[in-house]
This record gives sequence, structure tokens and C-alpha cells, in this order.
Amino acid sequence: MGLTSKLGNLGVVTTTLETAVNWGRTGAMWPLLFGLACCAIEMMSTQASDYDMSRFGMELNRASPRQSDLMIVAGRVTRKMAPVVRQLYDQMAEPKWVISMGDCASCGGVYNNYAIVQGVDEIIPVDVYVAGCPPRPEQLIHGVMTLHEKIKGERVSQWA
Amino acid sequence: MNIIKGFRTTFKHLLEEPVTLQYPEQMRPFEARYKGRHHLRRYENGLEKCIGCALCAAACPADAIWVEAAENTDEERYSPGERYAKTYEINMLRCIFCGYCEDACPTQAIELGHEHQLSFTDRRDAIYTKEMLIDPVPSGGKPTPQKVEAGAFDRAIPDMPDPK
Repeated sequence: MGLTSKLGNLGVVTTTLETAVNWGRTGAMWPLLFGLACCAIEMMSTQASDYDMSRFGMELNRASPRQSDLMIVAGRVTRKMAPVVRQLYDQMAEPKWVISMGDCASCGGVYNNYAIVQGVDEIIPVDVYVAGCPPRPEQLIHGVMTLHEKIKGERVSQWA
Repeated sequence: MNIIKGFRTTFKHLLEEPVTLQYPEQMRPFEARYKGRHHLRRYENGLEKCIGCALCAAACPADAIWVEAAENTDEERYSPGERYAKTYEINMLRCIFCGYCEDACPTQAIELGHEHQLSFTDRRDAIYTKEMLIDPVPSGGKPTPQKVEAGAFDRAIPDMPDPK
């Protein structure tokens, strides 16, 4: 797939390109404004001046999936909300990433019942899971940094 | 006139110190009662405090804890009393850090510490095993399993003073 299959191994060119593109991707990753429950309060607090996610290039939470790169699923996803989550994810432009913030989004948490999706990875692929109920702003920032580390490891051959 | 008044407020805020905490470099001090990642404690002689009773698992509202107990012998002793926790797993993605396990524990074996940097790229990494949770052997203690003399550690719960 992609560049290497068309042009062969370009050695230092692709390595430098990888570094540049991955740096660009980690440096300006706008999240989708998408809070579902109490975790959203912590997400707002992370975005506010005390912790200030703009330090990581997350200038503001876009309320439009087409202009965002990162979906932070903050809170429990009900079965009724699940199609909406999937639709929003599909509407986001590539490349896109998902952080599952908190216990409820990651695996249902305490809500082990018929109304809640037991982990948002049942409907969309998740890159980073952040533990905590709800996670503190520090924990969410740590999750964002974990995602940055993951993106820095991406290779040209993996680009779709 | 109003515009000057307005700009005065703006310029006043320009000179203020920024409130932003530079998080990965700076840390806000945590409250002593903050509940983070769990620790399994040891006695001073190196024996594990956990006796594998699974009361923590019963108290857990999120079913995050899995305990499997096995029998202690005097040749291979892990903890005082009859049994020890052979398997002790906590799923950090299920745990809601309420501290009920801490309250339920009869030997104060499990305590919630201050580590909070818990994010995973794989769901399986979120399951913390006993080896990851247990404290290192204190200086002067011996690693478990220990060989002890018969009858020395028959009580699972240590003698404690009467509650006041």
C-alpha cells in the first residue's frame, strides 16, 4: 500500500518524510467536541486555561467532524448513541484517531447493563484507552502524549 | 469613554501571570487522600499482607478485581495464615478508584496510591497482575515464598489493638 509499494524503498527520503509528517500530525491535532457524560467536564477542564491543551497543538475542540483529527469519546456510550458515534467517526477525514476516555467508554465501567455499549471499541477502532473515573486532566494529557508516541511510530508503509 | 474602560480591563489582564500548569514538567501536588493506582503491601519480614480472601473483589462495584487463592504451607509461605493470593489482577480500565477494596481489606493489604498516569494502547495492557501491583521486598525482609518454622504464622489477620 501507499508510497513504498509504488516507488520501492526510498531509504532516507521516506524516513525523513515520515518524521516530518508525524511531527506535523502530532503538532496540530484538533479534537472533536464530543462529550457524553461526566468525563466531558474533565475534558473541558483540560481544554481550559489551567491545563490548556493548546500547548499540544489542540487549539480548540471543533464541533464539526470534518475539521477534526481526534475523537475523544468522553463518557458512557448508550446503545441509542452508538450509531451517532459511528456516523461522526465515519464523517471525520483521514487520518483520524480515537481516544477512549474513562472507564465507561473503554469497557462499560460500572454500567454493566443493557443500555450501555460495553466499550466503544465495539463500534469504532480505539487508539488509546485512558483509565480513571473520570480521568483527571493530567491523565487525559498523558493519554494524548501516549497517542503522540504511537503516531511517531507510524511508518510510510502503514499510511492508507 | 466606554472603549477606554474596556481596553483598560484587557491590558490589565495582559500583565497578569499565566495560570497554565505546564503539566508533564510541572505537577500539581495531590491530596493525601487521592486515590490512584493500587499497591499490594508487604509486612516488614517480606510476607505479603494479602491473604486471598477476595473481599475486595466482593466489594468492588465495577467487578474490576480477580483473586484466586491457594494454600500456604510452612515450606512455601507467601502470607500469614492459611491462604495467599495466587492470582491477583485488577483491570485498570474497569476500576473506578472508589477505594472500597481498601475499606474491605481485613489486613490493609491493598492501598490506593498516587500513580495516575494510566493510559494504554491495548486493552490487555490495562490488566495489572500481582507482580505489577505488589511492593518490592523491604530491606531486611526475604522474598516470598519463604521457608518458616511451623506454627509461626498461623494467624491470617495480625493481632490488632481493640478499636476505641
